[in-house]
Amino acid sequence: MAQMNLLQAINNALDIVMAENDSALCFGEDVGHFGGVFRATSGLQEKYGKARCFNTPLVEQGIIGFANGLAAQGSTPIAEIQFADYIFPAFDQIVNESAKFRYRSGNEFNVGKLTIRTPYGGGIAGGLYHSQSPEAYFAHTPGLKIVVPRNPYQAKGLLLASIRDDNPVVFFEPKRLYRASVGEVPVEDYQLPLGKADIMQTGTDITLLAWGAQLEIVEKAADKASADGISCEIIDLRTILPWDVDTVANSVRKTGRLLVSQEAPLTAGFASEIAATIQQECFLHLESPIERVCGFDTPYPLSLEKEYVADHLKIYEAIKRSINY
Amino acid sequence: MQGLQQEKAMNTEIYKESQVVHTPTFIDGHSVEIPILKILKEDGTVYSGAELPEIDQVKATKVYKALAFHRVLDERMVAAQRQGRVSFYMAALGEEAASVGGAAGLEDQDMIMAQYREQGALIYRGFSLENLMNQMFSNEKDLGKGRQMPIHYGSSELNYMTISSPLGTQIPQAAGYAYGQKLQGKDAVTICYFGEGAASEGDFHAGLNMAAVHRAPVIFFCRNNGYAISTPSDEQYVGNGIASRGVGYGIKTIRIDGNDILAVLKATQTARSYALAEQKPVIIEAMSYRLGAHSTSDDPSGYRTKEEEEKWHMHDPILRMKNWMLAQKWWDETQETELYEKLREQVLAAVKVAEKIDKPPVEDLVTDVYDQVPAHLQKQLDELKVHIKKYPEAYPFTAGRIK
Ligand SMILES: Cc1ncc(C[n+]2csc(CCOP(=O)(O)OP(=O)(O)O)c2C)c(N)n1
Ligand SMILES: [Mg+2]
Repeated sequence: MAQMNLLQAINNALDIVMAENDSALCFGEDVGHFGGVFRATSGLQEKYGKARCFNTPLVEQGIIGFANGLAAQGSTPIAEIQFADYIFPAFDQIVNESAKFRYRSGNEFNVGKLTIRTPYGGGIAGGLYHSQSPEAYFAHTPGLKIVVPRNPYQAKGLLLASIRDDNPVVFFEPKRLYRASVGEVPVEDYQLPLGKADIMQTGTDITLLAWGAQLEIVEKAADKASADGISCEIIDLRTILPWDVDTVANSVRKTGRLLVSQEAPLTAGFASEIAATIQQECFLHLESPIERVCGFDTPYPLSLEKEYVADHLKIYEAIKRSINY
Repeated sequence: MQGLQQEKAMNTEIYKESQVVHTPTFIDGHSVEIPILKILKEDGTVYSGAELPEIDQVKATKVYKALAFHRVLDERMVAAQRQGRVSFYMAALGEEAASVGGAAGLEDQDMIMAQYREQGALIYRGFSLENLMNQMFSNEKDLGKGRQMPIHYGSSELNYMTISSPLGTQIPQAAGYAYGQKLQGKDAVTICYFGEGAASEGDFHAGLNMAAVHRAPVIFFCRNNGYAISTPSDEQYVGNGIASRGVGYGIKTIRIDGNDILAVLKATQTARSYALAEQKPVIIEAMSYRLGAHSTSDDPSGYRTKEEEEKWHMHDPILRMKNWMLAQKWWDETQETELYEKLREQVLAAVKVAEKIDKPPVEDLVTDVYDQVPAHLQKQLDELKVHIKKYPEAYPFTAGRIK
């Protein structure tokens, strides 16, 4: 075990993969010598050479198109998009190409070895274009897997699993926690399963579901609620697509209540998909309407960030609403 | 229509005239020779035979004062960021001539669509110090309503399009904007600034081709400052700069010394006349160097040497213009000292005012998403207000001012 922050855990996972797999490549804007603007690929160029860890020209559609080609050819591309807010020039390559490569060719070709890493989320005074959580756009695309870790231990295990998974994975990294989240991480190789949620805390009165950086806020709300005698079960979804319906549904059958919280805007966010599925799966077990505590249906603001975000107080209020329904 | 047909004919002519070969003959990727325009020497003298831009003492003084203002503003705001007074800043140290000189070569009715390191153009246009500060402090007087990170200025009054962080997006937009200007018969062009890094984006190629095919009077102004964050330009492209791409799209192209204010001015004035007269785009590639960090979040010591930076300190565009002004007897050292002292005081004073102005009201959270606030957003706002009243201490900027 070693103390690592979330960035170090990611760097460590990349290091393990590059050491074991000669075809693994890390690339993106400023990823080479500098090690990325957040330093997630720090030291990798020195260790594995310029051919395997490199800067790309400043073109996201190029980065992902190149990565698709590499993956189709049998290499293991791990492409970085500097901010999730800047993934959209590559939307076509991801949504029409990565996601459909296998299906459209009848499995003659696939890009299963592709992994796209990108920092997402707010809480860093980043305003419109350094704060977005665009997971729902990709969740609407069959063929992709979408993974979001919440801490260093999860980040390493989930990233290793994502890279080795034989499907294209978009791996969203909670940048607010890059340095803030520090924890014990095994030094050796390990994987955490994709498509499996993680029950972080068991409880009996209400199920709280979230992913990534939002879990820290959910935990804070749960602590506040527990002072009122409310027992919360907290689940980290971990994989957005395909998501673990069973774990969530089993929990809701037990607690009778569900609250989903996400950073992204409310309308058509992934919380809505979860709410629809769970009301179908657990209709007769529900004691109250499913609560969604999300960002506003506006672009991500700057000076009004505090007011905009789904903070622990808004979640706490929603917990009480659900309990007192 | 006539014009289009004529051009088609001309193109065929060009193909017809091309040399026919019977062995595979590749033209080299670097076969285009691109001259570089230089007018002003470091010592303030002009190259012999150089064609000067249109400039008199009044204009020269305005340009010089804008450059000085820019330099002082950057200095002070980088310091203010270090002191934690603003969250973020981007200086343009060493490449101020590109933005100031570009704006000085235009008319006020011309649209400026910038990337983010072109505060000099806005300063030249006359954006007030208060407006600059209010944006950076995202207070309630910011024209952008405190919604974007510092330096994302914009002013419809001054024809300066609000900055957008996603790179390259303004390039095809500039082509469209200019096409609209043309159709409406306006005596106006659009200038579009971008970095050599952003020129790698797909939007760059889309924008150039759209402008060329549809003959939009747009000046594409590339600030080639050698770096895109940590990525040096030799890892950004291997062609002959950005200028060589102009040739590929059939666009008239010029490369200039971007630290030579007279070359910037001359090139922009000439480009403007051409764009208007011919109703066609032009590309200017201004060669410079980003002397400062990419932004206050960046530390260049991780990717380049002090020696490299040192070399470029000698090419300071502002010092070069000062030397010229002194030689013209349009400026003297007393004026210089007074100007810088006054600017430093003004900027400091403006910081102190802007940082005390309230943040925007909570109502601004839901406005401008659409032309009108739709019902679902009104509902979200109403619920938020109830919530804030319940927990006022958690929302200190807005709690006391809910309407
Ligand atoms: C689409 C997009 N991708 C990435 C970024 C992150 N980013 C901001 S500035 C920058 C470098 C830009 O370099 P250049 O265009 O040369 O302009 P300069 O900073 O040198 O003025 C990058 C990569 C962004 N803002 N938008
Ligand atoms: Mg640059």
